[in-house]
Amino acid sequence: MISNTKKIKNKLAKRYAKEKRFQIYGLSAIAISIAFLLSLLINISTTGFPAFQQTYINIDVDIDSKLLNLDGKYSEKALFSANYRKVVNQSLKTLFPGVNGRKQKKALRQLISKSARYQLRDFVINNPDVIDTKQSLWFLARDDVDVFMKGGIDRSLPESDRRLKNFQLAWIDRLLAENRLEKRFNINFFTQGDSREPEQAGIKGAMIGSFLTMLVTMFLSFPIGVSAAIYLEEFAPKNNRWVDIIEININNLAAVPSIVFGLLGLAVFIGFFGIPRSIPLIGGLVLTLMTLPTIIISSRAALKAVSPSIREAALGLGASRVQTTFHHVVPAAMPGILTGTIIGMAQALGETAPLLMIGMVAFIADVPQSIADPSTVLPVQIYLWSDSPERAFTERTSAAIMVLLGLLIVMNLLAVIMRRKFEKKR
Amino acid sequence: MINNYKLATTLTSAAIVVLSVSSYGALVSRGHIDIVGSSTVYPFATVVAETYGKNTGSKTPKIESTGSGGGMKLFCAGNGIATPDITNSSRRIKSSEYKKCQKNGVKDIVEVKIGFDGIAVANSKKSPVFNLTRRELFLALAKQTPSLKTGELVDNPYTKWSDINAKLPNTKIEVLGPPPTSGTRDAFVELALQGGCFTYSWIKQIKKDSKIAKKAGNKSLASQLKRKYKNICHSIREDGAYIEAGENDNLIVEKLKTNPNALGVFGYSFLDQNSDVVQGAIIDGVKIDFEAIANGSYPISRPLYFYVKKSHVGKVPGIKEFIAEFTSEDAWGEDGYLTDKGLIPLSDNERQNMSYSANNLVPFKM
Repeated sequence: MISNTKKIKNKLAKRYAKEKRFQIYGLSAIAISIAFLLSLLINISTTGFPAFQQTYINIDVDIDSKLLNLDGKYSEKALFSANYRKVVNQSLKTLFPGVNGRKQKKALRQLISKSARYQLRDFVINNPDVIDTKQSLWFLARDDVDVFMKGGIDRSLPESDRRLKNFQLAWIDRLLAENRLEKRFNINFFTQGDSREPEQAGIKGAMIGSFLTMLVTMFLSFPIGVSAAIYLEEFAPKNNRWVDIIEININNLAAVPSIVFGLLGLAVFIGFFGIPRSIPLIGGLVLTLMTLPTIIISSRAALKAVSPSIREAALGLGASRVQTTFHHVVPAAMPGILTGTIIGMAQALGETAPLLMIGMVAFIADVPQSIADPSTVLPVQIYLWSDSPERAFTERTSAAIMVLLGLLIVMNLLAVIMRRKFEKKR
Repeated sequence: MINNYKLATTLTSAAIVVLSVSSYGALVSRGHIDIVGSSTVYPFATVVAETYGKNTGSKTPKIESTGSGGGMKLFCAGNGIATPDITNSSRRIKSSEYKKCQKNGVKDIVEVKIGFDGIAVANSKKSPVFNLTRRELFLALAKQTPSLKTGELVDNPYTKWSDINAKLPNTKIEVLGPPPTSGTRDAFVELALQGGCFTYSWIKQIKKDSKIAKKAGNKSLASQLKRKYKNICHSIREDGAYIEAGENDNLIVEKLKTNPNALGVFGYSFLDQNSDVVQGAIIDGVKIDFEAIANGSYPISRPLYFYVKKSHVGKVPGIKEFIAEFTSEDAWGEDGYLTDKGLIPLSDNERQNMSYSANNLVPFKM
């Protein structure tokens, strides 16, 4: 008799041990994934954070109408095409007198960004009174200076291995001593389109492009996807071969690599319908194809999860099938439908492969105004910057990734909030 | 509830209508220049496009990096706003492509040579500088190499640099380079490997024979011989010594930093930007730098081009002004902003001639 209790006790101990082991496996799995995620996030944010700051240089600019080549004309057109480059270069020469030699002169001009002349142009056009006066202005610093200010260039390296030579460092030291060099919040990063000069490059164009593309995707994929799901779930004849075939195909489509949708878009939308390349309209159409299966599958799952008693009650009280579906079943399934849609949209937001085929992987400096203007999207912008030779683009790449991650978090939060809200309503 | 749904449907359809109406105008005409083509020319063309846009206040051209071959395909597809106005190329247009253009009605093409690009073979600064000949590069990377004893082709037996030449370091042959889709790879194979390959006179003889056969009118023999020498000279080994590192040159630089024994193949602009971590090898006794590429003494360099569809000039606004910006001294001159990005300028004389024919839109014949 004693042996039986002992046996049970032994078994119990084994079972507890097994349970504990399983929990440890689970915990360590979570720990490992958190470690990976953290190392990724830390890596991205440490390289990306410097991009939110930008170095500016202060220069006294003598806005001389003679240097501007104005000839006494002050119309907006004359002001637009005046020679601002000369004025900026002359101001730099005044600041650093006695710079000789072709190479050194060129290096001096390259202290400040190429955008200085355009900044000055806009300043003069907006305030024509400043002509023939002296103004103290802040300009963007060239990417090399910016990288140096953020500690990206090691002073102790031999001169030949540095992007900035000794005489350039001496200029920077003088500017620093005179408080003419300053790091500020990089507002350009959020207000400018793409540029090949890292200090001028911003993500506004890509963000608007992403927004417009997502808008097209949402307006197409949500109504089409949800309608298809409702029909298949509520109205389609059960145990019909055609319905089965459609269902299998939708599930298959969800697993097709996204580049295939790009090829399809290229052949059908561009080749057959003649929609121009590179615009959010075509991007949205292609991404719609890609997100439709996700939305249909998740919406069907949500509709299936609605308790049959609701349907029976409605039908029993004399509601038609359409009334039952739209007054009772769909509202009950809405949280699930919305979650599926938002997850599908988030997936589309991070997609680049299908866009490659339809020309959205391109250099586009202007911020798009409508769904028919050429544009890129955020992930494409990240890809393009990561491929650029300039060192200063590395940090901008990471910063753009941070923005994209932020948007994805916001979208997923939205999914949670919507679900909560709709669940409460009922 | 039902009102909500009615509202939602109405809003959706209204939005679609508004969006499509507002975009219709842009679908039938185009306000911006459309450029496609080589990923090597891309960094230069984009800077010009941006400067053009900012200087003139008109729309900045759209530039897609499709590779030289892909660009030509789109460019030669026909006339009309659905096709690009300009294509960039890191090699000259092929006669087959030119014929295709002509067939599709793209008759007048303006060719603009913009400068040179050098291809660097580089390693980490932690290791000594490599001193290679093109023949050694060929022996290190070709799929089959002539055997030392018999001269017959055998599968590449070399695993270490010192196997090829005792003066070279005693390390494993490990070269990171671009994949076959890349124009840089084409140029590297053509200039470096084929250059090394032709130092064997019997291989060069095949090419000569092929030309003789072509002249004699024996087309099938000519193409057969051509295929033969291309097979020898253009095939890169696939046993792991040459590692395809993708189109991303930054990635190759990163990998060289962590692996001091590896060599990398990439464009000169990346070497220029990363001169603190990587160094270019000496090829045939010439060190890669700005001057050596410009005067042609560095052997692995190639000219870069762009091609303009003349029929689009006047229909798409700004093409003439864009060409003027590209061919201005401020851009492609010796002190121009393109040299900052790593473009090696043409000689003064060549620039002048090019600028004249480009700005007057003189079409070229092949």
